[in-house]
Amino acid sequence: MATRWFGAPVQRNEDPRFLRGRGTYVDDIDLPETLQAAVLRSPYAHARIVGIDASAARSLPGVHLVLTAADLGDVLEPSPLLVPHHALTQPRTQLPLALEEVRYVGEAVAFVVADSRYIAEDALELIDVEYEPLPVVHSLEIASTPGAPLVHEDVQGNAAAHLVQVVGNPDEVIASAPHVVRETLQMERGAAMPMECRGIVARWDPYEGMLTCWISTQGPIPIRNGLAAIFHLPEHKVRVIAPDVGGGFGTKIMMFYPEEILAPFAAIQLGRPVKWIEDRRENFISSNQERGQIHEVEYAFDDQGVLLAVRDLFLHDTGAYTPYGIIVPIITACSLPGPYRLKHYYSDFTVLYTNKVPVSPYRGAGRPHAVFIMERVMDCIARELDMDRLEVRSRNFIQPDEFPWDVGLVYQDGGPTKYDSGNYQAALDKLKLMLDYDNFPAKQAEARKQGRYLGIGVGYYVEGTSIGPYEGARVRVETDGRVFASTGVTTQGQAHYTTFAQIVADQLGITPQDVMVTTGDSQSFYWGVGTFASRAATVAGSAMHLAAIKVREKIKSIAADLFEASPEDIELADGKVFVTDAPHRALTLGQMAIKANPLRYTYGENARRLAAMDLAAPRPGPALPPERGGPGLEADAFYSPPHGSFASGVHGAIIEVDPTTGMVSFVKYAAVHDCGRLINPMVVEGQVHGGVAQGIGGAFFERLAFDEEGQLINASFMDYLIPTAAEIPTIAVDHIETPSPLNPLGVKGAGEAGVIPVPALFASAVDDALSPFGLRVREMPLHPCLLYKLLQESRS
Amino acid sequence: MKEQKSLPEFSETDTIAVVVNGHLCERQVPVRLLLSDFLRHELHLTGTHIGCEHGVCGCCTVLLDGDAVRSCLMLAVQADGMAITTIEGLAGNRDQMHPIQQAFQQKHGLQCGFCTPGIIMTVYAMLQEHPDPTEQEIRHELSGNLCRCTGYQNIVESVKLAAELLREQHLEVN
Repeated sequence: MATRWFGAPVQRNEDPRFLRGRGTYVDDIDLPETLQAAVLRSPYAHARIVGIDASAARSLPGVHLVLTAADLGDVLEPSPLLVPHHALTQPRTQLPLALEEVRYVGEAVAFVVADSRYIAEDALELIDVEYEPLPVVHSLEIASTPGAPLVHEDVQGNAAAHLVQVVGNPDEVIASAPHVVRETLQMERGAAMPMECRGIVARWDPYEGMLTCWISTQGPIPIRNGLAAIFHLPEHKVRVIAPDVGGGFGTKIMMFYPEEILAPFAAIQLGRPVKWIEDRRENFISSNQERGQIHEVEYAFDDQGVLLAVRDLFLHDTGAYTPYGIIVPIITACSLPGPYRLKHYYSDFTVLYTNKVPVSPYRGAGRPHAVFIMERVMDCIARELDMDRLEVRSRNFIQPDEFPWDVGLVYQDGGPTKYDSGNYQAALDKLKLMLDYDNFPAKQAEARKQGRYLGIGVGYYVEGTSIGPYEGARVRVETDGRVFASTGVTTQGQAHYTTFAQIVADQLGITPQDVMVTTGDSQSFYWGVGTFASRAATVAGSAMHLAAIKVREKIKSIAADLFEASPEDIELADGKVFVTDAPHRALTLGQMAIKANPLRYTYGENARRLAAMDLAAPRPGPALPPERGGPGLEADAFYSPPHGSFASGVHGAIIEVDPTTGMVSFVKYAAVHDCGRLINPMVVEGQVHGGVAQGIGGAFFERLAFDEEGQLINASFMDYLIPTAAEIPTIAVDHIETPSPLNPLGVKGAGEAGVIPVPALFASAVDDALSPFGLRVREMPLHPCLLYKLLQESRS
Repeated sequence: MKEQKSLPEFSETDTIAVVVNGHLCERQVPVRLLLSDFLRHELHLTGTHIGCEHGVCGCCTVLLDGDAVRSCLMLAVQADGMAITTIEGLAGNRDQMHPIQQAFQQKHGLQCGFCTPGIIMTVYAMLQEHPDPTEQEIRHELSGNLCRCTGYQNIVESVKLAAELLREQHLEVN
């Protein structure tokens, strides 16, 4: 191979389009005759619907259709439960439009289709809904109180699920341990807030009987499957495309959001394209959220700082429904042991309904909570024993020769929680140097003399990524020599048009610019699952790799015939195919593509040149010999991992706290990250930067605040503070590469990593900075006012 | 009893003339039409994005008579008689990129690309006024634009490089 693109910081193929304003996000798709939709949402967190009068809205000029639950016919079915689980004994999913009861502020009640969004919103004002308010469950505390109001009247105690997993003998070990600590730790809700909200354009073509939907989603293929079933259409007559997607961060893997059913329903009924674009206020109250958990954790350790056992009981807030099963709390339970040799672990969680927006994964998906708990534990052990915090961690690490390490729990995919590889001490050693850890105490003491409060904190995580079931890819060399590569996963900014191109380019001896990648279009690639769980680069990337190898082998076999040589002597480099010792007599990839498709008529410059070359005549027999497996240079391949692979990393920061305001600023931030082999370090570092920024938001700025009526009281960017360039520090990133033995590329997922350890390290750094006040952070996210309050409490 | 709702009166229209990316456009528009919707859905300049519609995220930033403004906080009729530059009008040549755009590609200053046009228009206006900004000035100037993907670090690096490229270009011209 002349050049190896894998591992190089290749600039992105997708950028020129985006930079010139030529991206195509869902709201950029303006089909002729398109009508615009708006959704009437519940203003109550819990209420009975007594009646709906939409007559005034229906008679407003410009309004084409007003849908309520009564108008949906057999489409009025609860959304499918995506990931059933035996412990989820009381699953409940949402109707496309509420029928008798609304269970959160923002739940869809009516759908209006009009000439313009302006008119559609006018019509919303004209719909009269009579509600009878019901008692509201606005928090986990209320939900778990005996005799509390019920979110679903047939679900006792608001309990959707209860799952216990036990490793070893935690009860025995805790009972006989020299040190046992018990505390309550909690994390409140946050939200993904992609810059592009959700949206859909649905088009019904009555001539072809074809439904086409462009959706800002992370999972178009499963949505295609679902829409076909809902609308009784053959699967191949439904095409779902995720066009350019302006960020997803997990919230767009949810399906079905009501509008994804309502817009196609309206388009079929009206025979005109229907577009619905979520606005930011809707995004705050109708796109899924995450994070809310309360943990009662008890842990035992010995005099040397070795963690002996953990007993963790937690409540998980699932909101009003369980569309995504209990994936998030399962991930929390399985992520809690982290990089540590935890041999005795009791994990017990209860999933509770509340009258709030439903919960499904948001970047990190249950892991930031788990890491917050475990790293609080490590810090506490250090404090109790007066040991260095990093030394305690080192004493508990799983060692490099102990892999594969089986945690002993069943992971979210039903497979084992089995770490495939890692080197935890090596990453920590790097981080210590990056932070100048050993010299920090002196700097801290010096600063304190000047009345400044500096603190240092670290957060270590192990992250399950790259789960199955599978992904696939198709690679095809076209007659102009450019390569088409397609997969069912979507892209929301992760650079798949570049990283997948790098993988293919290496096999075909071309450049990544020669490879045109298509993602998330059910007509370009029929099979697949979606982009979530930090799996696209690993699972779809491996499929790309395997498909490209098949194409390369086919090229070699055909070229061997043409050059009357052996396939082993055929080389692919610089876009050409030749016998190793005769590079002057070469065919281009485009010429090979023509030769691989034995037509009588060929076109273009490549074909004319071919005719002039002195190549071997076709063998006698069929023009397309059976062993070729079909015409052209095309191959499909699928990759299905044996189980998830486990990436890891450690972040650290030096912060300064102003005790008079509660404000925190970053002095230094460093991250050491291990996602196995790096496909494109520039891209991976960008993913880490972005994750850290989201993590800082989730640790110090972004807290969804619900009042007792279940109203989200900070549902705007004025009040829910997404960090800006002024708050986010420069982040130093370094890498450890412990290749995954589970896939042919040796890679692990990287997309979610950055966000995961931030709340943990932030708490650790705040504790350290404010140690003169004896403060211990037990909840996340903090914000300046809350930190100020905690400080006042610990002072008094 | 519920109070009787009346139909709103929003059907009024007005004629406006604006110069967009150097081209004169005359259109009759509803008076309540946002400038952002006018650009996107009337003129089909969909490079200007809408991220919040309450003037915080900066995705919809365009140049109005040379100043960076949020097109979601203005009505189209308020722009009557003014000149607007959108992301589509930044590079003179269709197939070339402006140095700011080049810098963003080189420094990986974008991921999903949604906030990018607004950020680039903000940066354009910033560099017109401060051709050699410090990192702190860059971060301050960018604080009116939200990005959820990059963590801003590579955007800041892109702006530094863009400033350098523009200064070099300026030297060449003179």
